[in-house]
Amino acid sequence: MPSQHQKKHKSAEPKEKKRFHPAGPRPLWSGTISFGLVSLPVNLYPANRTRPVSLRMVDRDGTPLTRRYFCEKDERALDNDELVRGYEVAKNEFVVIEDRELESLAPEKSQEIDLKRFVGVDEIDPMYFQRAYLMTPDQGVTKAYRLLAESMEASGRAGIATFVMRDREYLVAIIAEKGILRAETLRFAEEIRSPEEIELPEKAAPDKRRVKAMEKAIAALSRESFEREMLQDPHSQRIVERAEEKLARGEDVVELAEEEPAAAPAKGGEVIDLMQVLKQSLAEGCPPEQPARESERPPKGHSNGMSARRGKSRRAELKALSRDQLYERARELDIPGRSRMNKAELAEAVAARR
Amino acid sequence: MSAQAIWKGVIRFGEVSVPVKLYSAVEDRSVHFRLLHARDRLPVKQAMINPETDEIVPYDEIHRAYPIGEGTLVMFEQEELDALEPEAGRDIEILRFMPPEAIDHRWYDRPYYLGPDGSESAYFALAEALEHSGREGLARWVMRKKSYVAALRLHRGVPILMSLRHEEEVIPIDSLEPPKGKPLDARELDMARQLIGMLEAEFDPGQYHDEYRARVLELIEAKRQGKSVKVVPLRRREPSEDLSRALEASLKKERKRA
Repeated sequence: MPSQHQKKHKSAEPKEKKRFHPAGPRPLWSGTISFGLVSLPVNLYPANRTRPVSLRMVDRDGTPLTRRYFCEKDERALDNDELVRGYEVAKNEFVVIEDRELESLAPEKSQEIDLKRFVGVDEIDPMYFQRAYLMTPDQGVTKAYRLLAESMEASGRAGIATFVMRDREYLVAIIAEKGILRAETLRFAEEIRSPEEIELPEKAAPDKRRVKAMEKAIAALSRESFEREMLQDPHSQRIVERAEEKLARGEDVVELAEEEPAAAPAKGGEVIDLMQVLKQSLAEGCPPEQPARESERPPKGHSNGMSARRGKSRRAELKALSRDQLYERARELDIPGRSRMNKAELAEAVAARR
Repeated sequence: MSAQAIWKGVIRFGEVSVPVKLYSAVEDRSVHFRLLHARDRLPVKQAMINPETDEIVPYDEIHRAYPIGEGTLVMFEQEELDALEPEAGRDIEILRFMPPEAIDHRWYDRPYYLGPDGSESAYFALAEALEHSGREGLARWVMRKKSYVAALRLHRGVPILMSLRHEEEVIPIDSLEPPKGKPLDARELDMARQLIGMLEAEFDPGQYHDEYRARVLELIEAKRQGKSVKVVPLRRREPSEDLSRALEASLKKERKRA
């Protein structure tokens, strides 16, 4: 690899080929929280990053690569609307399952988190906690959001419900902290093994002196708390440090043109600029405007400046429709992934098709 | 059938060493789908594509780069990254012991039961010492080239390692601003709290079941047999316009039920 490697991409050059724009930071789930007869629309975003340090995959010149699904027979990358979901019932024999069929299995739970029970946050057994999602208000409805967050936080209670996201059902605890609602998915009881299932040996009385010695060692290492920094990943820290050293020496540094942010998603759907989206959605009560993803859902036939402009005015008309109405249109057009789209995305996808 | 250990290590603090085996305390029961090419229904592979040329970059030509600042990447050779990998070892080092409330749920990742590896006496002494002290340990180790942090604690009297997310993986709530607006109505807040109080219950995980999973499996079976499947369109609820009225009606309904 050459050192002092510099690279500038020419930008604003008309491209013949379709370009794939990685999925932007869109919510993983959009639906409604029901609390008694109060309902409030929310969006769910991940609260955990999947890896402590995210390295991008690049080619030898430093061009950031995108992960795509690929057909070995055709030797080409596929667009999202060429993909279907299948379940392998026998070797290489698949039953194709559509999104709307999955949703039909639990239409309420796919749309609604119905808080029928409230429990003490501290009562939930640690073994159950699985993953956290942050909830932001949708459709500008912030009052009911704030009301629920404040009353739950004041009482130290978590709302419990089950709901369906993508192709699975989740048990979930909704917890309020500092005015922000968080959904902690919990494991189902049947997913947790008991110590008996592991068949650990029968408890035997240990040697008293040995126990005492261990207690002493525990006391010697005891503190009242820990610092967040103790949970840092030393491996990631080393990579970041080495990267900074190399930057200071100007070694293996690649500058990208502005249109390619270095922090773009490494993998479809995984969001690196999540903080920005969260800040904006919490402040405005709706997700930020999504950039048009023309190439991801390509208009059939052609794609040029004219159709994009026409698409824009149509998008404005479509925005006046409710999500249900848009969903129906998306269903008629057989737009893939529509169940996961929020209102703005549905409008975008429908506009791009017509 | 007894469970299979996933790893073996030695817990160490002070002069103490306890050889243990790790067992996963949870199992994944989700139904896994594959993505297929719609045309021929064959599974697709993932590939890294150069977005400028739409060409596939073979795996051995892929480099890794760390994004540093706006629009700047620092590239790494695979050998450089290999050299930075955590050193393999069997030690599960306990950095300190703390009161159990020090680490809370936002850090929890996956729990592992610990069983003895050879010496049962050291293992049972550890369980008893943890119980007597009422403390839990902050553990660190390297398993399959990955660094782990965990809480060493007891679950129903059995030592476990509750693996924790690294600091970098958890978005700090403090860095976010909650939604703002006009001050909330005191009466509405009061009604909301009353409603929460009326819906209060013990956490009883046994009452919830993944009913959806069974339905997904039934759907797959029905489709396999070529049966037609009914599809109902979704309807999203409208947000409540009048919070006071919705809260009053909810309280009334709950009182009636009680």
